Amino acid sequence: MANRRLAPAAEQPQHFAFSPENAEWARGQIEKYPEGRQASAVIPLLWKAQEQNGGWLPQKAIEAVADQLGMPHIRVLEVATFYTMFALEPVGRFWIQLCGTVPCDCCGAKELKAALQARLGPPGHVSADGNFSWLEVECLGACCNAPMVQINQDYYEDLSPESLNKLMDDLAAGRPVKVGSQVGRVSSEPKDAVNTLTDPTLFDGSRVGAWRKRFEATKDEEAIKQEEAASTEARAATEAKPAHPQAGRPVEQGNADGPAQRVAAGQNPVRESDKAEAAERGTSQAKTGAARPGDSPALDSPAERAAAGEPPAKTDTPDAETRALAEDAALRTEPPQHPAAAGADDGVPQPENPEARADAVGQRPEGLEAARDNRPDDLTKIKGVGPVNQTRLNALGIWHYDQIAAWTPREVAWVGAYLAFPGRIDRENWVSQAADLAGTKG
Amino acid sequence: MLADQDRIFTNLYGLHSPDLEAAKKRGAWDGTKFLLDQGRDWIIDEMKGSGLRGRGGAGFPTGLKWSFMPKKSDGRPHYLVVNADESEPGTCKDREIMRHDPHLLIEGCMLASFAMGAHACYVYLRGEYVAEKFALQRAVDEAYAARLVGQSNVHDYPFDIYVHHGAGAYICGEETALIESLEGKKGMPRLKPPFPANMGLYGCPTTVNNVESIAVAGTILRRGGAWFAGLGGKNNTGTKLFCVSGHVNKPCNVEEELGVTFRELIDKHCGGMRGGWDNLLCSIPGGSSVPLVPAEQIIDAKMDFDTLRNLGSGLGTAAVIVLDKSTDIVGAIARISYFYKHESCGQCTPCREGTGWMWRVLTRMAQGRAQKREIDMLLEVTKQVEGHTICALGDAAAWPIQGLIRHFRPEIEKRIDQYSANPHSDAVPMAAE
Repeated sequence: MANRRLAPAAEQPQHFAFSPENAEWARGQIEKYPEGRQASAVIPLLWKAQEQNGGWLPQKAIEAVADQLGMPHIRVLEVATFYTMFALEPVGRFWIQLCGTVPCDCCGAKELKAALQARLGPPGHVSADGNFSWLEVECLGACCNAPMVQINQDYYEDLSPESLNKLMDDLAAGRPVKVGSQVGRVSSEPKDAVNTLTDPTLFDGSRVGAWRKRFEATKDEEAIKQEEAASTEARAATEAKPAHPQAGRPVEQGNADGPAQRVAAGQNPVRESDKAEAAERGTSQAKTGAARPGDSPALDSPAERAAAGEPPAKTDTPDAETRALAEDAALRTEPPQHPAAAGADDGVPQPENPEARADAVGQRPEGLEAARDNRPDDLTKIKGVGPVNQTRLNALGIWHYDQIAAWTPREVAWVGAYLAFPGRIDRENWVSQAADLAGTKG
Repeated sequence: MLADQDRIFTNLYGLHSPDLEAAKKRGAWDGTKFLLDQGRDWIIDEMKGSGLRGRGGAGFPTGLKWSFMPKKSDGRPHYLVVNADESEPGTCKDREIMRHDPHLLIEGCMLASFAMGAHACYVYLRGEYVAEKFALQRAVDEAYAARLVGQSNVHDYPFDIYVHHGAGAYICGEETALIESLEGKKGMPRLKPPFPANMGLYGCPTTVNNVESIAVAGTILRRGGAWFAGLGGKNNTGTKLFCVSGHVNKPCNVEEELGVTFRELIDKHCGGMRGGWDNLLCSIPGGSSVPLVPAEQIIDAKMDFDTLRNLGSGLGTAAVIVLDKSTDIVGAIARISYFYKHESCGQCTPCREGTGWMWRVLTRMAQGRAQKREIDMLLEVTKQVEGHTICALGDAAAWPIQGLIRHFRPEIEKRIDQYSANPHSDAVPMAAE
């Protein structure tokens, strides 16, 4: 956390009001948000107030924004002190924010810092001529162009101490300066070595619409399929013997060698030979894909299904309850979405088999080949077990209340992971529920 | 190397105009109406089929995330919020999308909003991206003028898109903190559940997605989830923008297939390693939050989610920070610790107090002014911070230090030995002194 305070009273102006054009701009900002949610505009309005006040935010401006948005003063004061882009003390005409985080730090920000220190003294002070003040800030998000500074609203990138000093000279003297890279890069491309995105057909519009072939191809497929179905029916009516669907006629079959099948077999979805071929011909893999319509999952799109007279919605899971529960489980395991969360915490549901997943966390409970006396207990009486879970438990050889009542914590963990409900068995107390049920039965 | 025809961000370097006309020639807004006509389920199925994992760091499947939104509105509006608060150190990819290919983003917003029943979308930029904010706003105005978006538009789906910005707080990249900030409050993360899909912006169902995840949607739907899934490897499909910074000859952003090796990435696109491959010390492969990976492990590793996770690190935002042997590695990680100390929102005690403590101890260790037993103490403190906070910032502050101790413990010990071998008048301090 940064410790941030308002400027001393002596430096605070007595009044603040938006200029007419800024007031108009502020009204436009407030309109972006739904009725009654005008507080959302607080950051844009404070930002504009800071711009109007020469780059820093006085107390009166904070209060004026609060009054305009109908917010308590303290709420806006909280916002102004929380966000580090609001300068609470006067700054120079050119406010230099030096990025000092690691990518810049290891590429020369230390030298820039020394140069600023030598020229302007310690951070946070306005130079005697009122032109400059500087501050080391955290990552500004231009890491491929390190080291860099932000001066007022503009980024100046690929700097050296010399070019930074020259830049400051030019700014102080009012000479025009070049925003962005100071070594002649356009943006974040490799300097003088761009070897990608050189194909002119990407830019002249000649590739527009090429993707539609995919949909035309699938439509043709669909038409053939329907025709075949019709002719098969007609023939079945006239011929006494049942038609063998695969006799001498091309029919829709699962693709024997598509990316999906290769993935299922644990191979790389794109064959090396295909890659080489695509590279050789300069054709993209999508084109090859379109030429082999069997690869395309769009065959099974809702529109196609509707056309074929099937219900458009795909019923992946027969049981709506299990589907809802699965989503619930996925929600619970969803990792925090944050840049900081990083890949090390990927809560992605693994497509591996549930037993392997379960073996990783616990121990499989002993199961029975069949129910004792062929009379299984009704496991759905346990709150949290539905017909689907009962079937899955039966498949594990769990038929009776007393089996569940005897689960150890490690076995509970195993079953929880197997059913993809980690933690739920404990939460719903299946074990003690089962013990109660076993007691009443006995 | 990925073929040019399979690149999604064709104006990544801004060598061409970002305007609507030029963007249309590059394929943006091509048949958007046709895609919308395929229906909501079709869009979500294609996105699921593409295997796209969120590009903002956590790698959660995007199609699955979209499907969490309620199928029918209960009277509350739905919102799409695009996370353009790009502040993870090392990451500078969304910036290029917003200033050079903004129409891919706007079109993606429309498609994603349609798929989740949202009629309004807010794009939350970090406050420092002033030029990018103007560039995106200009593109939005173009789209309104061409009636591509708006209350009555050529796509027959009422849709408004608004550009919003923050004011310099890393924590606002966390989705619930971003929502708080967008509501006009301090950016302090919320406890989950309820998840934003049930109760997000203004208490309404909301999905927060990274810029890159949204901007690739149009191209994926046009060319098919199968095309995207055919690139990269199993569970790590498609293309990704890599931001390579640090000690390479030509740092740059580049779009590559997931699963490209570290060596190929640097050699083909970044002009090779500064001082040759023998000069590589380590790399931080996914933005400053992930643990570093030493040279011998990273050099031929595939750059994808699962490989890097198995190396004890992560792909994160694919911000590859390359460090050579001239780097003061303990000092560099201490600098990262300072970043987290500075950016902690102060809500949870382990993070608020822990980040400062870890930074102070690590700064002493960088100078050698420490005791060797403090290394284990520091490691234990990182474990106490990790997982004990509302959001992942506590974890993000702990992981780089854990990575340092895992791989460079001898370096820390060497410095302590060197320091104590010389006479000093002050006593070596302990713990948080």
